[in-house]
Amino acid sequence: MSDNKKETKNWEPTIVAFFCNWCTYTAADLAGVSRLRHAANVRIIRVMCSGRVDPQFILNAYAKGADGVLIGGCHFGDCHYMEGNYKTARRFHLLKRMLQDMGIEEERCRLEWISASEGERVRTVINDMVEKVKALGPLRLPERFNEWDKEMEFIGEHNIGEEVHIHA
Amino acid sequence: MPEKPKVAFYWCASCGGCEESVVDLAEDILMVAEAVDIVFWPVAMDFKKSDVVAMPDRSIVATFINGAIRTSEQEEMARLIRKKSQFIIAYGSCAHMGGIPSLANQFSREQILNYVYHEAPTVQNSERTRPMLELGRNGTRVTLPEFRNTVRKLDQVIDVDYYLPGCAPTPKLLKEAVLALLSGNLPPIGTVLAPDVALCDECPRKETKPEDIAYTEFKRPHQVVTDESTCFLAQGMICMGPATRGGCEAVCTKGNMPCTGCFGPTSRCIDQGAKILSSICSAVSATNEIDMEKVLTTIPDPVGTFYRYGLAGSLLRKKIGSEK
Amino acid sequence: MPNHQNNGNMRIGYYVCHCGHNIANQVDVEALAAYISKLPGVAVSRSYKYMCSDPGQELIQQDIKDHGLNRIVVASCSPLLHEQTFRKAVEKGGLNPYFFQMVNIRENVSWVHEDRKEATQKAMDLSRAAVHRVFFHKELEKKYVKINPDALVVGGGIAGIHAALTLANSGKKVYLVEKEPTIGGHMAQFDKTFPTLDCAACILTPKMSAVKSHPNITLWTYSEVTNVSGYVGNYIVQVKRKPRYIDEKLCVGCLACIDECVYKEGKYADEFNMGLSKRKPIYMSFPQATPKVVVIDPETCIQFKSGKCKQTCIESCDRGAIDLSQKETNEEVNVGTIILSTGYRTFDAHRVPFYGYGKYPNVYTSLEVERLINASGPTGGELILRDGSHPKTVGIIHCVGSRDRNTNRWCSRTCCMYSLKLAHLLKEHSGAEVYNFYIDIRAAGKAYEEFYDKVLEENVHFIRGRVAEVIDWAANPAEEGKLIIRAEDTMIGTVRRIPVDMVVLAVGMEPREDAQAVRKMFNISCSTEGFFLERHPKLAPVDTFTDGVFIAGACQGPKDIPDSVAQAGAAAAQAMMLVDTGEVELEPNTAFITEEHCSGCKSCIPLCPFHAILFNDTSKKAYINEALCKGCGTCVAACPSGSIQQNMFDDAEILAEINGLLAIDNSEFYEKEAIHVG
Repeated sequence: MSDNKKETKNWEPTIVAFFCNWCTYTAADLAGVSRLRHAANVRIIRVMCSGRVDPQFILNAYAKGADGVLIGGCHFGDCHYMEGNYKTARRFHLLKRMLQDMGIEEERCRLEWISASEGERVRTVINDMVEKVKALGPLRLPERFNEWDKEMEFIGEHNIGEEVHIHA
Repeated sequence: MPEKPKVAFYWCASCGGCEESVVDLAEDILMVAEAVDIVFWPVAMDFKKSDVVAMPDRSIVATFINGAIRTSEQEEMARLIRKKSQFIIAYGSCAHMGGIPSLANQFSREQILNYVYHEAPTVQNSERTRPMLELGRNGTRVTLPEFRNTVRKLDQVIDVDYYLPGCAPTPKLLKEAVLALLSGNLPPIGTVLAPDVALCDECPRKETKPEDIAYTEFKRPHQVVTDESTCFLAQGMICMGPATRGGCEAVCTKGNMPCTGCFGPTSRCIDQGAKILSSICSAVSATNEIDMEKVLTTIPDPVGTFYRYGLAGSLLRKKIGSEK
Repeated sequence: MPNHQNNGNMRIGYYVCHCGHNIANQVDVEALAAYISKLPGVAVSRSYKYMCSDPGQELIQQDIKDHGLNRIVVASCSPLLHEQTFRKAVEKGGLNPYFFQMVNIRENVSWVHEDRKEATQKAMDLSRAAVHRVFFHKELEKKYVKINPDALVVGGGIAGIHAALTLANSGKKVYLVEKEPTIGGHMAQFDKTFPTLDCAACILTPKMSAVKSHPNITLWTYSEVTNVSGYVGNYIVQVKRKPRYIDEKLCVGCLACIDECVYKEGKYADEFNMGLSKRKPIYMSFPQATPKVVVIDPETCIQFKSGKCKQTCIESCDRGAIDLSQKETNEEVNVGTIILSTGYRTFDAHRVPFYGYGKYPNVYTSLEVERLINASGPTGGELILRDGSHPKTVGIIHCVGSRDRNTNRWCSRTCCMYSLKLAHLLKEHSGAEVYNFYIDIRAAGKAYEEFYDKVLEENVHFIRGRVAEVIDWAANPAEEGKLIIRAEDTMIGTVRRIPVDMVVLAVGMEPREDAQAVRKMFNISCSTEGFFLERHPKLAPVDTFTDGVFIAGACQGPKDIPDSVAQAGAAAAQAMMLVDTGEVELEPNTAFITEEHCSGCKSCIPLCPFHAILFNDTSKKAYINEALCKGCGTCVAACPSGSIQQNMFDDAEILAEINGLLAIDNSEFYEKEAIHVG
């Protein structure tokens, strides 16, 4: 993806995060209260439980332009809803493999267990992920979709019904 | 006698099954033929593109287009027909969502051509010949349509008014759609003309699904002797039924095969594969990472399993890196 | 509700808070307000110094009136802090309180980012997402549930006893369930209590009797909770009552049956005395057992084993209280609140074999010593060792199974103090020389340090250092026949060998073996070491994350009697607060299934740990019992046909938020949701 890096020298990745209300969102608040400065690339969406994170949300985030998706939940055994995080983990396992099959690098999708007391971990995880996604370069799916569809421009509206010459 | 409404059928990247399904109307096809005037149907009647070009715009009431869009010719014809038709109905899984052909979106054009013309074990092609787009000889010029890099569903190329899902759509749904068109009693534009409830609702095996399912392993139909009356998921086989529209009257599960998802997601979902993945994985029994991995490796090909009929229409559309 | 709320015409009010300089220093609030004002649907966009202040809230209310606003977005601090404040303000302004969304630009932005440009950009993205999101907010009703005034207390140790009495004395009906044949817990086994040295039985047994005789307390001993369902205010609890083969109503505790048992002497290890004495198959744990009712152990009773006993016990009971045909019974009770006071277990000293427990008879655990020096214990309080000797020297090893990376990392908090107490009592009982091997002395409690001083003055020896091992390998004649404690004395910087006659292991406190099963049953969490997790370590120490379930005593973490009692009182007060309020407001974030969408695939049913999803056998569709739903949304994410939605977190709302973050237009959804941009 070196061509992408070249064309976007000052590019900063956008990462969409889903944090559970009880552990990771609270930890992010703690990071704030403790003034733990970190990279400004992550946009947090609060959900009650990481179990609410529908894989559709993750794919939609990529499709709409996110360069990475971060999910934060409670450690095993600590889920406020008993087992929501197990479900998240199980989905994540297969989703990650599927994303790789679709050419999306594994560093672009990350699941972290961060308890309410681990404000410091919010900072390290965010900084680390931003760094790794930066190294990969932009995913920019919306632009890619447009580029893919450019091949269709060969037959514009005005051509309908006329002989068309196509060159390889 | 008033003029009968004009109807057309067209096919793009498809297997021909959708055309068969029209014939599957059986005696009802006479009713259709009686009620409408079929003005264009390449598979059954001899028309040329110039015939279509000659038609006035919007003169066809409805055209049923099946197949995905893979070539420049298919794009061109789709656009032409769009211009000539009042309603376009994407007919069958391929036009609706990309279908089986769009599984090719996991590969680049070059990978596919290379395999088909050189690498496939059945190919003898020592001169490494490839189809040419244009050939001029003795004053005549022959062209071939371009094989595009991306497979598309129909509404990624032209505006589509209605969708008739299925691989192939059932005669019953086709008949209902035709009747709706004839009566003018049409649902809102964009509607998928099938029930908006998942398949389980009409599956005869529904009763046998336990309420406490927990998957320890997934098996593929060829690996086991399938029980003829028990829910496939209860037997540890992936069945797309819960994430797939009904309306097919459960033909596959009645034929002792699990649903593979050809009717696509309900209107409430934006990605069928993500939804079935979420549902199935959530109920895996494992409570530690190693066991989770162990259970889930028994789904060797998630893309092929969950997006069998809809990769082009999925949120990701195509494998990143397969553009070139 | 006024009609303008849901006619589909969006009139959004956006407010960005300076929070003094907290936000305004890092975020260009004016640029932010100007940017948001241009978004579709936004009618008012302002910045203000302190949005949470009264004038800030009134600003919103005035704008709702003046500008006909129907959605409010406030960008300020964390919703965990002020969401309720603004919801109330919005409600006071005449809008449904859930037509509101909060944007966290303080904790998530200004406090964690240095670059003003980046911070402002992020605040814009987050605010835009919220503006997109509120388009899809729905009018919701506040949810209240009634609280059943009855309470359940699980575990009849000192914490459970105190909690039950506190509730009962304030007029609440209490069910107290205890696993053992008697209440009293560990405290009943102790001899004297630090630092006051009053005898445990003297202060505990009156409370035990008070429990038994209290008209508001239903006491079920020899019983266990087997299932809990329901939710705050309305729990349904199943209790299994094991057969004790004695009719509790008839037995007066005269103990004649025990005397008349065919066994003339006790034959089986007495659990209450830590196996230091023997009991018969028919027994009473200790003289003040409550209820004062004997129990027959079917594992050891000849009649149960062979069916060939003369059954002299039955003959001896003139009240006919013995009933060998008794069966296990099950009770079901409805309660509004639950207090868990299931206690702890002591560390198993076998896990540190180098201290010789189980190998050398004269190595004891502290709990054994409590019984050994107790006047009603196996030796009548005389310090006689397992080999019949009287010790002249005793070594007490602190921190056994505490503060140790190989066993338990935590400090058990009580061992220092009870070791000091045992040092004092052992010296008092036997005049022996007592050595304490300690890491630190932790005497942080009222009058604790003073007690330590007192013991120091009693010429008890203190050696600072961790004990390496206890051996019987004499290196010189003086060590012959003794146990030798090898320890580093860090005060003098050398390894010492101290020969002693008796070793006392100050074993630590651990979560009970069934803690995980119990926490699962009551839907609460454990912290990493396995003790029950409180809602907040400082501000909600007896609450759990499950509303209506409270914790007290050592099940929450190691603690001594005063702390256990204090916590029990606090838990009772929290329960009473719920009961006296009569109802509790819940977040209306429950999930629901639209029946005509559901295919009845049952995929969701096994996913709900709260059993809130049920299958309707008539319609063949699933439905959610709203009262049981806790609002996690896991089933919503997993419904393969998108037929489950969640209030406050439905798909449209979250997708709009995602798209908003990424600056993607949501208008494609507007038609579906009948939304018009005004």
